[in-house]
Amino acid sequence: MGQQAINGIFLGSIYALFAVGYTLVFGVLDIINLAHQAVFMLGAFFALVLVGTLHVSIAVALPIAVLFSGALGILLDRIAFRPLRGRADSNLAGLITSIAVATLFEAIALQLFGPDTSRFPFGTFPERRLQVGAAVVSTLQLGIVAISVVLMVILTYLLRRTRLGRQIRAVAESPRAARILGIDVDRVIAASFFISSALGGAAGVLFALAFNSLSPDVGRSVELKGLAVIILGGMGSVPGAVLAGFAIGLIEVFTVAYLGSSYRDAVSFAVLFSVLLIRPRGLLGRAALREA
Amino acid sequence: MSTLSELFLTYQSLIGFVGIDALLALSVYATLCCGQLSLANAGFMAIGAYAAAILTFHTKLPFAAVLLASALAPAAFAVPLGLPVLRLRGVFLAIATIGFGEVVRLALVNWDFTNGALGLVAIPQRAGLLTIYLILGIALFFFARLRGSKLGYALDSIREDETAARTMGINTTLAKLSMFVFGAALAGVAGGLEAHFTFMVAPSGYSFSRVVDMLVYAVVGGVATYVGPPVGAAFMTLLPEVLRGLGESVGLGPGPLRLFVSGAILLAVVLFLPNGIVSLPLLVAAVRMRRQRG
Amino acid sequence: MLLALDGVERAFGGLRAVDGASFSVREGEIHGLIGPNGAGKTTLLNLISGLLRPTSGSIKLGDRRIERLPPHKITALGISRTYQNIRLFPALRAVENVIVGEHLVRSAPLWRRLLFLPAAREEEHTARSRALSLLERVGVRERAGARARDLSYGEQRRVEIARALASDPRVLLLDEPTAGMNAAEVSAVAALIRQVATEGHSVLLVEHNVRLVMEVCQQITVLNFGKVIADGTPQAVAQDPAVIAAYLGNEP
Repeated sequence: MGQQAINGIFLGSIYALFAVGYTLVFGVLDIINLAHQAVFMLGAFFALVLVGTLHVSIAVALPIAVLFSGALGILLDRIAFRPLRGRADSNLAGLITSIAVATLFEAIALQLFGPDTSRFPFGTFPERRLQVGAAVVSTLQLGIVAISVVLMVILTYLLRRTRLGRQIRAVAESPRAARILGIDVDRVIAASFFISSALGGAAGVLFALAFNSLSPDVGRSVELKGLAVIILGGMGSVPGAVLAGFAIGLIEVFTVAYLGSSYRDAVSFAVLFSVLLIRPRGLLGRAALREA
Repeated sequence: MSTLSELFLTYQSLIGFVGIDALLALSVYATLCCGQLSLANAGFMAIGAYAAAILTFHTKLPFAAVLLASALAPAAFAVPLGLPVLRLRGVFLAIATIGFGEVVRLALVNWDFTNGALGLVAIPQRAGLLTIYLILGIALFFFARLRGSKLGYALDSIREDETAARTMGINTTLAKLSMFVFGAALAGVAGGLEAHFTFMVAPSGYSFSRVVDMLVYAVVGGVATYVGPPVGAAFMTLLPEVLRGLGESVGLGPGPLRLFVSGAILLAVVLFLPNGIVSLPLLVAAVRMRRQRG
Repeated sequence: MLLALDGVERAFGGLRAVDGASFSVREGEIHGLIGPNGAGKTTLLNLISGLLRPTSGSIKLGDRRIERLPPHKITALGISRTYQNIRLFPALRAVENVIVGEHLVRSAPLWRRLLFLPAAREEEHTARSRALSLLERVGVRERAGARARDLSYGEQRRVEIARALASDPRVLLLDEPTAGMNAAEVSAVAALIRQVATEGHSVLLVEHNVRLVMEVCQQITVLNFGKVIADGTPQAVAQDPAVIAAYLGNEP
């Protein structure tokens, strides 16, 4: 039972890290960025190239990959979302342009790395097994949880204590009001994309390390699970995404342990449906989500 | 002579796929035309495909009855799904329907009766070009007659402003549900046709990517009228074939090329041609008129 | 009494937007609903048309309680409305907007269209000419083919009235129909309202133009902070001290 809990927290930390970026952009733009999973994937590949081909250590490669992912986020905003600002159909159009860019990113990855599974070279992350009570934890698992938590703490600090964070929260509340207050809304949105994609890329690297596999379509399944997480947590709520990420990680692990692995993915969707039908705003989301 | 018949066979299947993809694009259009983004149709397609395949293997029903079943089976699921889900605001409807599609796929992966992830193979080819295009024709006829009808006006008004539509006396829930069910039936029959055209059904063919493809066909073609989605489907299905030679000369593999072209066209259409390919003649005419004047 | 409100209350959290409102509208009556900004007039219209549910109280049309019915059923019983912010269907043409308004009076089963039956074509023809004559009545016939978003503000307001009339309502709710209109347009709307009432429709008119309300209405209800502070003839209301107090310090 303790072992399951540890596995659940480990899995949950990656889900949470992925979901946090997802929900941040939704909070600010009211759009689901379906290219988030493509940045997740490209960030991981970027780190792979650094480590595997350029022999950079993972400690250096990870931050660089994170910055690279952030830059991808800014590019994404520029080509897929910014041109739609002010358009009446921007929600649907934004969803579709994000799908388009995700497809482009996937095409690039497919061309550069091929469809097969790639792996980080052996020994990228020093692995040792530790005994914690009745459970076994690997240093990799600890490292991933630690890095995820650190990144989420940094994000929380950023949102709560810095000027940029206040501006982001203002734009999330009402872009029109923020503009009247003199906030450069476009710049704030670009910053949000940088942060969101940086975290998404980090999640990708950690995911690839954790499961020792990486391919251009790795983002697809995580993306859908990420949707379940942000719905459970409440769309637009960062603390909600964190909470829900860990919750779903734990639920998934315990479901596999007691019901078998075929229910693994189904349980996330069961959660998704239940939340949407019973309490659409999720755990910590804002109210007013149904139509009149 | 065998190369000639091979050639015809290749094009025959391509033309068949265009027809099936056109039906799928119309199935997504069914809900888009009243302003609802439903992404459940891969799931509905799977239900229709599997229902048809199972009936073909285990009964002696004529193909027409099998196709009818492939339309009715997903429609039956669409009613209880639609009632709660259509009340959700835009993006939440999209997510809920994505969830449904995934649940269907996962259920099929775990269903031993149909070989789980491997699916069913060696389905006899009962669907030919004639059947596919006949059904497409019927679907197009429905949409053509819908336009300008009482229900058609109601759907237009729901798309524009659902609250105002309700105060015009329109039962918007019923109208949306009707199109949701109709879209499910279309996707199901397309699934049934495809199953008997490609000899197999497998859960991997009905993933989220599948419904994204359907959405792309509709959007690229144009969702202002029912003509757009089939045009978009034809365009997006034929284009990779046309570009295949080009890709090889540039050194791009067919996989990445197809994805790249897909993504680039989608992006370009949404940004520069928001009403889709079918609005291109209008745009050209407008530009020409402006040039004549100024 | 055709439309009767009794103790209607609507609270949003702690705020009572409508607080125990009671008044009634007779058949063929033009009934004004006035009050300073934020008094709760539009909320009342939303309650009557079913977009909101009252937290307590009742609303009756004839002897039927309607406060818990969905909007489309309320419209079917004979209440139609216009909106303060104009809610036409922007991409639809003016005539099409009115045709949508006729939804309830059309009997046009889809299968007739599918079979190309002449009855279907006739029915569409009737719907269209009826819509055009309604546009004629409100004076925008020549703009019938223009898309709603391309119409001028005044034209849009009039198309919206035509659309509301299309369902042949027993009670017509008008939410500030003359906002932004010039004097000539206001008189035209006044004349239209009088004509509509003579034909047997009741009108509940929410307005900021107090002069218009005084001229056209037989009964006036005055709202302030969600409460009814006066209810009577224009003469009585104009001299009511509570009304005068409410408007002092507010724009008349």
